[in-house]
Amino acid sequence: MSGVTVSAKVNGDAVQYVCPPSESLMDVLRNRLNLTGVKEGCGTGDCGACSVTLDDRLVCSCLVLGAEAEGRAIGTVEGLSQDGELHPLQTAFIDHAALQCGICTPGFLVAAKSLLGRNPNPSEEEIRYALAGNLCRCTGYDKIVRAVQSAAKVMRKQKRS
Amino acid sequence: MEIRLSGILCQATGGASTVEVSGATIGEMLASLALKHPAIQDHLDDGVAVAINGEIYRDRTDQVIPKGAEVFLLPRIEGG
Amino acid sequence: MPYETDYTNQKFSVIGNRVNRPDGVDKVTGRAKYGADASAAGQLVGKILRSPHAHALIKKIDTSKAEKLPGVKAIVTGDDFPDFTGGNRSLMDTLENCMARGRALYDGHAVAAVAAVDAQTANQALKLIKVTYKKLPHVTDVDEAMKPNAPIVHDWIRTAGVDPAPTTASNISQRNEFGHGDVETGFAQADIIIEKTFKTEQTHQGYIEPHACLATLGPDGVGELWVTTQGHFTFRNMCASLLGLDVAKLKVTSSEIGGGFGGKTHVWMEPVALQLARKSNRPVKLVMTREEVFKATGPTSSTSVDVKIGAKKNGRITAASAELRYQSGAFPGMWGMLGAMTSFACYDLKHVKSVGYDVLCNRPKVAAYRAPSAPMAAFGVESVIDLLAAELKMDPVEFRIKNAAKKGTQASYGPVYGPIGIGPTLEAVKNHPHMKKRLGKNQGRGVACGFWFNFGGQTCTDLNIGIDGSVNLTVGTVDVGGSRASLALIAAEELGVDYDQVRVTIGDTSSLGHNDTTEGSRGTFSSGMATIFAARNAVDVMKQRAADTWGIPVDQVVWEEGVARAKGRQNSNLPPLSLKEIAAKSPRTGGPIAGHNEVVADGAGVSFASHICDVEVDPETGSTRVIRYTVVQDAGKAIHPDYVEGQFQGGAAQGIGWALNEEYIYGDDGTLQNAGFLDYRIPVCSDLPFIDTEILEIPNPNHPYGVRGVGETSIVPPLAAIGNAVSNAVGVRMTHVPMSPPRILKAIEDAQ
Repeated sequence: MSGVTVSAKVNGDAVQYVCPPSESLMDVLRNRLNLTGVKEGCGTGDCGACSVTLDDRLVCSCLVLGAEAEGRAIGTVEGLSQDGELHPLQTAFIDHAALQCGICTPGFLVAAKSLLGRNPNPSEEEIRYALAGNLCRCTGYDKIVRAVQSAAKVMRKQKRS
Repeated sequence: MEIRLSGILCQATGGASTVEVSGATIGEMLASLALKHPAIQDHLDDGVAVAINGEIYRDRTDQVIPKGAEVFLLPRIEGG
Repeated sequence: MPYETDYTNQKFSVIGNRVNRPDGVDKVTGRAKYGADASAAGQLVGKILRSPHAHALIKKIDTSKAEKLPGVKAIVTGDDFPDFTGGNRSLMDTLENCMARGRALYDGHAVAAVAAVDAQTANQALKLIKVTYKKLPHVTDVDEAMKPNAPIVHDWIRTAGVDPAPTTASNISQRNEFGHGDVETGFAQADIIIEKTFKTEQTHQGYIEPHACLATLGPDGVGELWVTTQGHFTFRNMCASLLGLDVAKLKVTSSEIGGGFGGKTHVWMEPVALQLARKSNRPVKLVMTREEVFKATGPTSSTSVDVKIGAKKNGRITAASAELRYQSGAFPGMWGMLGAMTSFACYDLKHVKSVGYDVLCNRPKVAAYRAPSAPMAAFGVESVIDLLAAELKMDPVEFRIKNAAKKGTQASYGPVYGPIGIGPTLEAVKNHPHMKKRLGKNQGRGVACGFWFNFGGQTCTDLNIGIDGSVNLTVGTVDVGGSRASLALIAAEELGVDYDQVRVTIGDTSSLGHNDTTEGSRGTFSSGMATIFAARNAVDVMKQRAADTWGIPVDQVVWEEGVARAKGRQNSNLPPLSLKEIAAKSPRTGGPIAGHNEVVADGAGVSFASHICDVEVDPETGSTRVIRYTVVQDAGKAIHPDYVEGQFQGGAAQGIGWALNEEYIYGDDGTLQNAGFLDYRIPVCSDLPFIDTEILEIPNPNHPYGVRGVGETSIVPPLAAIGNAVSNAVGVRMTHVPMSPPRILKAIEDAQ
């Protein structure tokens, strides 16, 4: 099977990879670019563990082909912290004990960052619906919602100052 | 001392739910029970739990059984 | 204290603080490595071929075409697994579940496996394997499987626990009876008796991380396994027994685990991966798909339960009995027995009898799921308790308080209780603000109780103090929900150092003695106990070093708040020596400072919880929303309250999913119809409210800090709490879980 050569940006860095035309972006990120923070929970777009941004749009990377990323910007959990500082969402997830096993955490962080980018001050209901595509089996979502609320507050404050 | 059994273990004692045995520790008590009722050995090999005054011990054969303690033999259980 | 016990309250300095978990940064940055995140040079991809039939003879497996496919390096079938079990039936069941031996016993049963250079080649090879099946009659319903003319899953099964012993095969592997008194006498004393039958459907643990491992095994019989598991020592022992390896030659490392809930206590495809690695002499990575996880790994039992309880007009229960029929999948289990043991554990009963049946069906081998078997029994019992309270015109909480077990009560499963928390959790429920919230139209409130045993078990821990005074704690219990934070707190408490000074690592099987699986809510209980003892051993070493430094006998040295002090007026000129100072001097005072402990951490205290739930049911669609939920549970002592609350909330959420949505749906052909998260719907964020928690601390006298396991009990009450709430909302008793919209609509229609 002949591969497709793709040039894209991942977390701000230019990358190039060759993948079979049928290979998912998730497999490319995990197996070719070693970004194993992108998790596979189902491979069918139901669990959100593989959530990444594609040109600022939140997607399940298992439902996107690696070849489709040509010329586009991909954001994964590995790109959340900048200059050695954790993103406020990352800090809030740790502070609020919003993870137990942690397998869903990368997907939740990427999805929550995407939400707060669109809506800096979401209500509880807006948070719950925005994160409804990400499954967590450990926490009952309670502390996740609280962490997102707290991070949103911090980020609003940062923006003001 | 008198020990009590429940569940499937009673089958090995011919249906008796109380058995008179001797022994100062769980290990000695189980050996005494097996001597009296050899059919229990299969269950002992699979593992049993022993409740002494309500506290469940699964693996400590050296656990001392206090005088007058209530001793209850239970099938071994699994958890999640 | 409202619930004083004979156990003294202790003062702690760091225990109980909500510190940040040590693996937090790894897990929010994507650095943490789970089962599927490891790779090895030259690794192959393993894939498993599974039966499409519920029950079939495997007449022939032709692998010749697949073997010729370029890139295929090894193929295994049942024939590649010689019998090393030495006649141990339960080991053979495990082996046969990993790979079929002549017969496929359920839809999804493994029949062959391939290792190839990449996933595409492996998938292609699976398609080239030709299996000739002869379909056999199948049975997937627990009540059907018990009928005399039912298709027999295994012809060697004779029901154990019945007298006289049967001579013919049946699907009932065992009957277990528990209880005391005489229920007939008790029912004769009752003014009101309520009897009802309940059904619950099969659910899956639903961990988000599929099973995954990376295996190597050379021709010398030396191997390594990287795997997502709740118990790497148990996996090592299992794999070694099944494959005829020396235990010490197989090193098993537990990856970070992406959820287990009991489902990662058993081996599934790990022996297969090792065998593929042995045959190909290459590392093999095997990762299950979600469909495989649903079809072939650890669901819990579907059940059918009869409950009968009688009470006097004054509200005292006179007798209780239950018959519990639990489906164990294609192999014998102990699930009906556990249902029978737990069913009436919350109550103080003079006459009680529970009979559990374990029943085989053509479904995947049932595995433990968080307080296994207890939720289904509690659904029946707690529903009948509510019905009785209504008949007696008593408040359901008062009725439960009146009949609750207490210290000295003979448990329905046998022994007499020590200090327990059922009464206090019910009192807390009674006084909880939740109970005073007004209910609106189509809303209902339900309360239910739950019980789980909790285990301790074999544990082995190492504590090493570095030259700078920082502390390495190595434990062998897998961290499933934040236990590393709790164990670091415990080490810090004992040593008198800062929490941040302790780093906790989960040791692989070559670095510690055997540790039992993290199951039965034992992680923090048992490794906590071993950590306390290991730290105390290290303190003894440090006291000796201080005594030697000062030239005084060690019995004149005490350890207080992280420093050694010389006791007595004659030593008043000796300044205290801190842990840091002693550690810095250790190379010249006798070498490294370490503490070790191996223990059978028995005496885990039993655990009780009471839940309150408010729901709103849409009478047009039958759809139910949980609008308020409160968990009250006894933790003994909460080492890290955040993660205790996390266990309470997580168990409640799983129970809510079970109660309202989740179920395995089998077609008439015996195949699973909904093996994916789209059709098997676990609760999502927008389905749930905040889940309120109240931690009670009734110390366990058998743990130095009073800890009880907290992981499992929280899943026990929800089915019944929601069942009672929905029944109160719609005015019809719900008896079948999950209470999905069609079932609720049908119940409403049937009642009209």
